[in-house]
Amino acid sequence: MNGLFGLFNYWVVIVLMMTGFYIVISRDNLIKKVIGLNIFQTSVFLLYISIGKLDGGTAPIVKEGLESYSNPLPSVLILTAIVVGVATTSVALALIVRIREAFGTVEEDEIIKIAGTE
Amino acid sequence: MIRDQLPALQIVVPLVAAPLCVVLRRRAPVLTFALAVVWSTFAIALALLRQVLADGPLVYALGGWAAPWGIEYRVDALAAFVLMFVSLMGAVTLSYAPRSLTHEIPKDRLHLFVAAFLLCLTGLLGIVITGDLFNVFVFLEISALSSYVLIAMGRDRRALTAAFHYLVLGTIGATFILIGIGLLYMMTGTLNMADMATRITAVMGTRTVLAAFGFLSVGLFIKMALFPLHVWLPNAYSYAPSTVTAFLAATATKVSVYVMLRFVFSVTHVRMDFGYSDLGALTIAFSLAGIFVASTVAIFQNDVKRMLAYSSVAQIGYMVLGISFASVTGLTAAIVHLFNHALMKGGLFLAMGCFALVIGGVRLKDLEGVGRRMPWTTFAWVLGGLSLIGIPGTAGFISKLYLIRAALELDVWPVAALILLSSLLALVYVWRVVEVAYFRPPPEGVERREAPWSMLIPTWALVGASIVFGVWTSGSAGVAARAAELLIGIAP
Repeated sequence: MNGLFGLFNYWVVIVLMMTGFYIVISRDNLIKKVIGLNIFQTSVFLLYISIGKLDGGTAPIVKEGLESYSNPLPSVLILTAIVVGVATTSVALALIVRIREAFGTVEEDEIIKIAGTE
Repeated sequence: MIRDQLPALQIVVPLVAAPLCVVLRRRAPVLTFALAVVWSTFAIALALLRQVLADGPLVYALGGWAAPWGIEYRVDALAAFVLMFVSLMGAVTLSYAPRSLTHEIPKDRLHLFVAAFLLCLTGLLGIVITGDLFNVFVFLEISALSSYVLIAMGRDRRALTAAFHYLVLGTIGATFILIGIGLLYMMTGTLNMADMATRITAVMGTRTVLAAFGFLSVGLFIKMALFPLHVWLPNAYSYAPSTVTAFLAATATKVSVYVMLRFVFSVTHVRMDFGYSDLGALTIAFSLAGIFVASTVAIFQNDVKRMLAYSSVAQIGYMVLGISFASVTGLTAAIVHLFNHALMKGGLFLAMGCFALVIGGVRLKDLEGVGRRMPWTTFAWVLGGLSLIGIPGTAGFISKLYLIRAALELDVWPVAALILLSSLLALVYVWRVVEVAYFRPPPEGVERREAPWSMLIPTWALVGASIVFGVWTSGSAGVAARAAELLIGIAP
């Protein structure tokens, strides 16, 4: 269980994080950059939620016969972080709409070309 | 009664005021209300600073929930000092804003601008006052999101792409910080900074804590724009409205430096070697490289706002250098430079706003002969520039004096020599502007026209303060030294 793939949740997190990061760096399309950013953030949400889980743990309820329970705090923290993520995405999309109106494109290389002439 | 509630009011007042501004809508009521709010926020910060200097650190349990279960606000000498100058900058720049914004944003958006400004101020103050690590992240995002909006309000359409670029890098930085906090929580089981400081000693040196330290540092370096992670800053500062540039340059990056100080010295307690031995040498190298590269790039800029933006990157280098020394003198230099740089760069950017309003452009070509056209504004710029170089009698000199003293204490005289040498680079770029402003004839047919008083007074207030604190240092360096001793753990 504790081998290289024992803690598979970390592998999921790392793969998702690097996928998102790569999209942010490599894509010129601004919408795709935002998607990459979202995947990047989501991987961290999964990291938090998975560290709160205990094998065989239940919800934190006081009841006869239930002894070990999972830590609810990381999940609660991530609710806040999800809200922050949604806010970031909406600001980013609003900016993209304004960029499209101002430059007529959402491709970064074309924007740089247009801005370079000013 | 109200005295006990000051730490909460510090955050709640601007936070509640922001949506109210959106509701008020009309120009006059919004401005009157917002100015009352920012100046009372400053008054609260001053009262807190007085209280802390007299009675020692304050701890405030939000909602009566005791730490480590509840969130606590903790105000010590360092936090009170940073709160004081952040709220001061908010108050001064917002007083300057109404006239300056008339030509920068559409009239019907003013209330939205003010709301975003107040939210940004709330976020910055919240980062400083809170004693809870996750709270730091939340406030960091509040201030970051509102600053993206503020930057995007710039007149130039490139402001939009600058804001987007900042958003992408800022979010990556904040997410790195979130990972760091998560890993620390995993190892210690607490988010309260004071509680974590006692629990972390048992797990110090494990690979997880090391990784947490790395993620947090990189995240904060992006946020504070330490070279080479500064790429978002020059565009964001060049294209944002003048008020926003002055406010963000004076506060946003400084607050990230504050978080670094808090995290390294209050939470992890690692001292002489900046945590892990190699990192200290690394940050010294990065900050020196930043000072030289950014100052050199600044020399070749033709847009003066952009020149000052690169100079800001260099100044962050001085602060991180001070932190890397990890001695009382080094930390004093870093903390006092937070304040001094806020004054001088705030003043310089406000003067740029005056030029932009009257002349319409801030390239070197536009500023020809401006010394004769706008003597008061230009003289304010020159005084700010002198402070940036570090001429004796200005606030910038005090920062460099402490920094060099710290380098000599540690016997790293090459670093001290490099600090002196870097001041010459600042001299070059400041001189380029002085030469154009005073020794070139103004274009034919323009009359002498000064910026409006409502903009000149805030500009001179900041520039004047940077001269005052160059002479009277017990108010700045004195408090900074106390804060530094507190961080190193000499004084209670």
